[in-house]
Amino acid sequence: MERGGVVEPDVASLDRLFRSESARAIATLARIFGDLQRAEDAVQEAYLEALESWPARGTPRNPAGWILSVARNRAIDAVRREKTATKKYDLLARLEGAAISDPMTNDDPIQDDRLAMNFACAHPALAPETRVALTLRYAAGLTTEEIAAAFLVPLPTLAQRLVRAKRKIVQSGIPFSVPAPAQMPERLPDVLAVVYLVFNEGYRSSQDGELVRVDLCRDALRLTRTLCRLMPGEPELLGLHALMLFHHARRATRVNGRGEAAPLEEQDRERWDVVAIAQGRAALAEAQRHRHPGPYQLQAIVAAAHATAASWDATDWPAIRRAYDALYALDPSPVVALNRAVALAFSGAFDEAMREVDGLVEGPLSGYTPALIAKADLLRRGGEPAEARRWFERALPSLATEAERKIVERRIAECATV
Amino acid sequence: MKYACLIYDDGVPTTDEAEQRQIHADYMALYQDGLKSGSIVVGEGLERTDTATTVRVRDGKRTTTDGPYAETKEVLAGFFIVDVPTIDEALDFAAKIPSAKWGSVEVRPLWSGGA
Repeated sequence: MERGGVVEPDVASLDRLFRSESARAIATLARIFGDLQRAEDAVQEAYLEALESWPARGTPRNPAGWILSVARNRAIDAVRREKTATKKYDLLARLEGAAISDPMTNDDPIQDDRLAMNFACAHPALAPETRVALTLRYAAGLTTEEIAAAFLVPLPTLAQRLVRAKRKIVQSGIPFSVPAPAQMPERLPDVLAVVYLVFNEGYRSSQDGELVRVDLCRDALRLTRTLCRLMPGEPELLGLHALMLFHHARRATRVNGRGEAAPLEEQDRERWDVVAIAQGRAALAEAQRHRHPGPYQLQAIVAAAHATAASWDATDWPAIRRAYDALYALDPSPVVALNRAVALAFSGAFDEAMREVDGLVEGPLSGYTPALIAKADLLRRGGEPAEARRWFERALPSLATEAERKIVERRIAECATV
Repeated sequence: MKYACLIYDDGVPTTDEAEQRQIHADYMALYQDGLKSGSIVVGEGLERTDTATTVRVRDGKRTTTDGPYAETKEVLAGFFIVDVPTIDEALDFAAKIPSAKWGSVEVRPLWSGGA
């Protein structure tokens, strides 16, 4: 082991460093064992050794390599001690022959291990809420406590869910492997859906000022950034990364000084995060080079049109409308039809758009709050405040956040005074 | 790993003879392919549930009743045992079972002797 460190780390900073550097060891050992619990146990042993050795001898220059090598040795000891393991010799052979390459050089086996972890955590044989918890724990490296707090789930419930999931992975033979290229179109959407769920949970809750949960947006962005590096040239992954960046760029202005969910046209564009917007544009441009637009890429085009417009009046509504047309061709759902109709209204075809929205609100979207709001808003803009007010009032009881209630209450008041 | 693919449905969804022959041929093709590749250990269809007899032993006393374990619309209609590397191949196999198009296929690992 190298002795590179000069700073004597206190336990908290050792803890933090160890946690961020141990993801690779867990991924590699999980692949070898096909078992997350065994991988974690071995890494826990390495942690105990780090507690003794790092403060005394200095932090190793390559902590991730140190952790993997020590954890692998502890795993070999543990398997040797087992009396009844049927696959004992098979496991030992795999542990001893494992490709333990230098994590600093980003060799392929370790990259694949981390990618394989993402696919195992998002496996379709697991329940969606379990996929989210596993991904945050083992791909994003959050602690069980952090995940429980983020999703407002009691810690024992979350811990129990993870234990059950780890057991299912072992017993039902969920593999830690990257799907073959032929399987990728079917499996990648599951991985992306988990990341987008994490992002949306953070995005939605940020409206209620629950600051502790906003980090979920950053965690989701960190996941897509890592995935983009591990899996270059996947247009939908790039599209999702761009989409989240554009949303994230507007985080400072989504709630105004009065605690209302700020309508896009009232947001102070000077306060949008120009770095995130630039990164989003770069990711979107790279996605578009593949000429294979998927749902995330098309939504990113819409988000880009808003994020890059100099003002509300300068918004390129025809571009938004075209993106929704393409999205509707891929996913002809009523919710996409609603968004397309709204874009149509702002592109100048107001009456046609109103007829489309009416058909949706009286049909498949009669219980969908955003559709009621969309109809109310079109009526308000179309000079029918009394009707608009009626629809805003209908939507009010089912709004999820305080910020959304406040803006709708203001609209009701405005419509009453006209 | 070995997996059971348990097929649940409420009968063949057609009375058309040509269609029924096609379903039978699809099952035979799947079975022959699976035997040849070695993925199928065994595969059987079951007679209708009105042929079932259910046995329970309580306090050493045996009771025998006419009929299936549970009266449900969708019933266990057959099963395959497959031996494949991971759940991914087992799920792929399940998706190829003709009844998956109108019924459901439950995939479960065989008990490996663990706790």
